Amino acid sequence: MTGRVAALYAGMALLLVGAGLVQGWVVALTILQLCLVSALMALGANMQWGYAGLFNAGIMGFAALGGVAVVLVSMRPVPGALGAGGWNLGLAALALVLTLAAALFIRERVTGYWRAPVTLVVIAVGYFAMRVFLDPASAAIEAINPAAAGYLGGLGLPVLVSWAVGGLFAAGAAYIVGKVALGLRSDYLAIATLGIAEIILAVLKNENWLTRGVKNVTGLPRPIPDERSLQAAPWVQDLAARFGADVQTAAAIVARLGYSLLFAAVLVLVFWLAERALRSPWGRMMRAIRDNRDAAEAMGKNVTRRHLQIFVLGSAVIGIAGAMMVTLDGQFTPASYNPLRYTFLIWVMVIVGGSGNNWGAVLGGFLIWYVWVMAEPFGGWLMKSATAGMTPGSFWQQHLMAAAPHIRLLVMGLILLLVLRFAPQGLIPERTARR
Amino acid sequence: MDVLNALVLFANFVLIPATAYGAQLALGALGVTLIYAVLRFSNFAHGDTMAIGTMFVVLATWGLQSLGVSLGPLPTALLALPVGILGTVVLVLLTDAWVYRFYRSKRSEPVIFVIASVGIMFVYNALTRFVIGTDDQRFEDGARFVLRVGDFRAWSGLSEGLAIRTSQLLTLVVMVLTVAFVFWFLQKTRTGKAMRAYSDNEDLALLSGISPERVVRITWILAAALAVIAGTLYGLDKSFRPFTYFQLLLPIFAAAIVGGIGQPLGAVAGGFVVAYSEVMVTYAYKGILTYLLPESWRPEGLVQMLGTDYKFAVSFIILVVVLLIRPTGIFRGRVI
Repeated sequence: MTGRVAALYAGMALLLVGAGLVQGWVVALTILQLCLVSALMALGANMQWGYAGLFNAGIMGFAALGGVAVVLVSMRPVPGALGAGGWNLGLAALALVLTLAAALFIRERVTGYWRAPVTLVVIAVGYFAMRVFLDPASAAIEAINPAAAGYLGGLGLPVLVSWAVGGLFAAGAAYIVGKVALGLRSDYLAIATLGIAEIILAVLKNENWLTRGVKNVTGLPRPIPDERSLQAAPWVQDLAARFGADVQTAAAIVARLGYSLLFAAVLVLVFWLAERALRSPWGRMMRAIRDNRDAAEAMGKNVTRRHLQIFVLGSAVIGIAGAMMVTLDGQFTPASYNPLRYTFLIWVMVIVGGSGNNWGAVLGGFLIWYVWVMAEPFGGWLMKSATAGMTPGSFWQQHLMAAAPHIRLLVMGLILLLVLRFAPQGLIPERTARR
Repeated sequence: MDVLNALVLFANFVLIPATAYGAQLALGALGVTLIYAVLRFSNFAHGDTMAIGTMFVVLATWGLQSLGVSLGPLPTALLALPVGILGTVVLVLLTDAWVYRFYRSKRSEPVIFVIASVGIMFVYNALTRFVIGTDDQRFEDGARFVLRVGDFRAWSGLSEGLAIRTSQLLTLVVMVLTVAFVFWFLQKTRTGKAMRAYSDNEDLALLSGISPERVVRITWILAAALAVIAGTLYGLDKSFRPFTYFQLLLPIFAAAIVGGIGQPLGAVAGGFVVAYSEVMVTYAYKGILTYLLPESWRPEGLVQMLGTDYKFAVSFIILVVVLLIRPTGIFRGRVI
């Protein structure tokens, strides 16, 4: 770690401490929690972009898949749901698997002119077969206690398990997208991932039997006791008395510290693995492919396979971060995912931090999340001072005040453009010189 | 009679809306493909260029309406269109001068342009929200229908009605005129030929004295005009909401790729392919089948292949099918 890196991280810590001093420690820790999650997402995106030069425009979808894993793994099962729709659901899954197998088989065996039409017909027939079983299953499941449940529920396993499963879900989706789009033009991957993210979100919003859709799943199990039970705990009350704070604040700080430590542990682990990988022969090969694809190919490297590998790995990290974010919220709300916030903001983090450098990606995650949070009150303040001379309630005053929250989008766009132009290497450039 | 009723039902709910939507997508995809052909990157800001251009048109329309100007049966937005195009052209040319020109002179990788366009997307998006907010805005006026359901029923004696909205007819007419102009421009004028030459082979075009900056400028002007026209027609047909325009990006990209990216003719064809598939796959065929099938065969469900919430999935599936079967698209576009 060079002096520059240390100085930048110290500056970031100062910013957070400053927020703590001015706005209170609860606010600062709330920011810190999401800084850690954002850093993990940026780390995942940096693996794809920084190591391999792959542009993933579907980060939102992979994060949402991580989120749904929390629901499916850690929620209690809904009694009777599996009995009501289980058989049909199983048959639908069987139809899906058989269709995919048949399609792959045909692509393997049939060649020439008939290959594409036959594949399409098989997929269409398989789709309708699946619908025959899926429709009654979803109707039966959604009929069970629709106000409170109306979905399959989860497995009731510990929530930490679901983080790993979230990574697996995202990796699986990435494998499928990568198989289709990698090896073609670089823009195609961007467009394909943009599409898969929209589809994942559409499925999560509409398949009520799986995720309750826009009715949201609330009350997800927590890895850390919730604030109310912390307030009742004697050691928290003792802590509050010792620091002269009230019990609510103490409990809020303890809960946030708990999450922050948990997230930091995951971040450190993934970071360590990512750094090890980057410095291994495998990491050097990845960078060689990125910098000169043709030369690497001539050296016998299978570029498309390596790209698929790194794409799957990066997406898995994003999935884990998505699961952590949902765990933190304690609820899964498919309607809250929006591509500017969940995909392109992560891109700003990677570019600003320094693509190809993990220290940079993490710093970018921290800094940009901080700016994103702070830009809102800043926008309000800016508009307030800009409209200070106007009559309160006049058209322009109201219009400008209503526009204040959009300032953060402008700020993000300008930061991205300025960094890309004047410091394309980011805050912490990639290290290329020999050590 | 039943067959006729079924046909009218199909025309009213599938054929006409899908044709209008296809025309809008075609104009959008034409802009994307032109930028691709000359500047060689996928412009992620195109949806938001459409949004901001439509916003200019909406504001100008409101201004004209408050002055009492109207075009009679046609929407006032048609008069405001040149204002919107002018505003967007200025904005896009400034963007090019301040952002893209630098990367062009450095000969950066296409993906750097894509990332820059993401930044532009943020900025345009913020500007649009800043000025007009995030809500639905309606700016349609004039006669709402060319053909009303009741009139059609009275004329034909069928139980199903057929309606054609002014905006739908207008979309088709404007689209045909615009596309005809663009093709005439690309094929016949000196500037259009220079553009095609530059797109085919940059170095040869430079050697024969074509000014790259001029070609790029004309491309941006064309793309901006196409984006504003597409956005305005879409807004007249449905309604203007900034976020919807961002979501149009996917069907537009799909249309451009299906047709063969960099191929103007392909973009137009692709727009219609995507629109027809999207509407046909998400339409519930219960009504039509009720007319066509004997009583005992009539379906109980909606007979819908996919819910309308999955309409973006259709663009994506088309995209995947094309990538798997024919990555060059229908008209053999560029694949690197």
